[in-house]
Amino acid sequence: MEDTPKRSRTNSGNAFIRWLLIGFALVFLAVFLVTPLLTVFVEAFAKGWGAYKTAIVEPDALSSIYLTLMAAAVAVPVNTMFGIAAAWSITKFDFIGKNVLVTLLDLPFAVSPIISGLIFVLMFGAQGWIGPWLAEHDIRIIFAVPGIILATMFVTVPFVARELIPHMQAQGREEEEAALVLGATGLQTFFRVTLPNIRWSLMYGIILCTARAMGEFGAVAVVSGHIRGQTNTIPLHVEILYNEYNFVGAFAVASLLTLMAIVTLALKKFVEWKISE
Amino acid sequence: MTTRRNILPGFGISTGFTLAYMSLVVLIPLSAVFLKAASVEWSQFWATITAPRLIASYKLTLGTSFVSALLNAGFGLLVAWVLARYEFPFKRIVDALVDLPFALPTAVAGIALTAIYSQNGWFGRYLEPLGIKVAFTPLGIVVALMFVGLPFVVRNVQPVLEDLDSEIEEAARSLGATRWQTFRLVIVPTVLPALLTGFALAFARGLGEYGSVVFISGNLPNTQISSLLINTKLEQYDYAGATAIAVVMLILSFALLLGINLLQSRTRRFQETA
Repeated sequence: MEDTPKRSRTNSGNAFIRWLLIGFALVFLAVFLVTPLLTVFVEAFAKGWGAYKTAIVEPDALSSIYLTLMAAAVAVPVNTMFGIAAAWSITKFDFIGKNVLVTLLDLPFAVSPIISGLIFVLMFGAQGWIGPWLAEHDIRIIFAVPGIILATMFVTVPFVARELIPHMQAQGREEEEAALVLGATGLQTFFRVTLPNIRWSLMYGIILCTARAMGEFGAVAVVSGHIRGQTNTIPLHVEILYNEYNFVGAFAVASLLTLMAIVTLALKKFVEWKISE
Repeated sequence: MTTRRNILPGFGISTGFTLAYMSLVVLIPLSAVFLKAASVEWSQFWATITAPRLIASYKLTLGTSFVSALLNAGFGLLVAWVLARYEFPFKRIVDALVDLPFALPTAVAGIALTAIYSQNGWFGRYLEPLGIKVAFTPLGIVVALMFVGLPFVVRNVQPVLEDLDSEIEEAARSLGATRWQTFRLVIVPTVLPALLTGFALAFARGLGEYGSVVFISGNLPNTQISSLLINTKLEQYDYAGATAIAVVMLILSFALLLGINLLQSRTRRFQETA
């Protein structure tokens, strides 16, 4: 950085203002971001390690962990494949309606989570579009696991595509064209040229997608029906415990999601550093 | 570029899969809301969305989202400025921390904030004697929305501040501008489009936010946001009522999404010409 010394020279005159601003910003972040983070762990361990462990190994908690991991295990790979396909189509080709498609891609971000759940109730619920047909064939989607997976898929659709599109746009198509001209097949080109180029943005998208898939609350709450031990994900289990005034339990289970968030942030930083390299 | 033939393979399969998946998972389910709404009698639809309880919820949702986005625009600009311009210990950790609201599930944020601001909480116990009630009031909703919205402002403004050439500021200073004039006449106009985009994104997020708000709002008559009322109607199996409110909120979010896209394309143009 050539201009660093210059910058520090212009700033050196007002060290007071500089430290005042830094101080304000840090106090603000401490009050609004760090305190909630600390609260989770302080409340979780309010009655000691034993109570914490009990809350987590309890069967309903374990089944919620299992369900959350399962929903993520379906939604993340499917949306990763979708993200790659969408990014390939949008960045490597020109076609009519492309801008509309890019805008539509953001829809799940713009919709309230409650509405994201509602749409699946309207389709598959008892009074929904194909609800009666499903009931006849004894297929349960709403208030059952498939509904939870669908809602999770919906809210996480854009994550991978959103990260890949700007990156692949910037890369253009020359490298792929060169590989093809040299005789590589389409799949070889993808796996040996495109994938190595986009691997870190892809990782980035997958990390964000996973965090959201495991943490989604509103959409899943609407379609789940809150059946303990059956259709409760981790966030829903937290809600139930909290509403029963079992604060230690609620925060203990919530601490798992908080740890996930911290790992997500660390991975995100690592990948950002790799991308900038 | 001339009409060079695109030799890359996979157009059909990637575009086909993209369109099919988007239709199945996003577009058809979303259209269910509008189809359901169309099957509702207009007078009944109108009566539902204009009920006093709902009008109050729109006001509350819009008001708290607006106030929190405005506060975030101010504090977010400060945080972005400090991160973009200054060096201080643990800066990388602080920078990573800004994304916490993106990574932390909203329900966790909700119960943590409620614990902090309720009567016996870390902050609540000092605020309550001063007559400031946060948890279970609209103020609590503002606090929750500030938490979820902050990264939108910081992450939009920060790159613009980092790119802003310090030579332009130095030129302004050497031409005799005061520090305040440089800030007002050089820096503010440059970051304004990004700041507006961040504000709009935080505002849009606030309108739809549910998880962090339900806990701290406490579901009292004066703290019911629109999303909560949709859920209440659903729990009473009043699908038509839930759908009617959803349509109002969807139209609002779509309008905002459109506005944000326009803003972002203007920001990009601005950055390219700058």
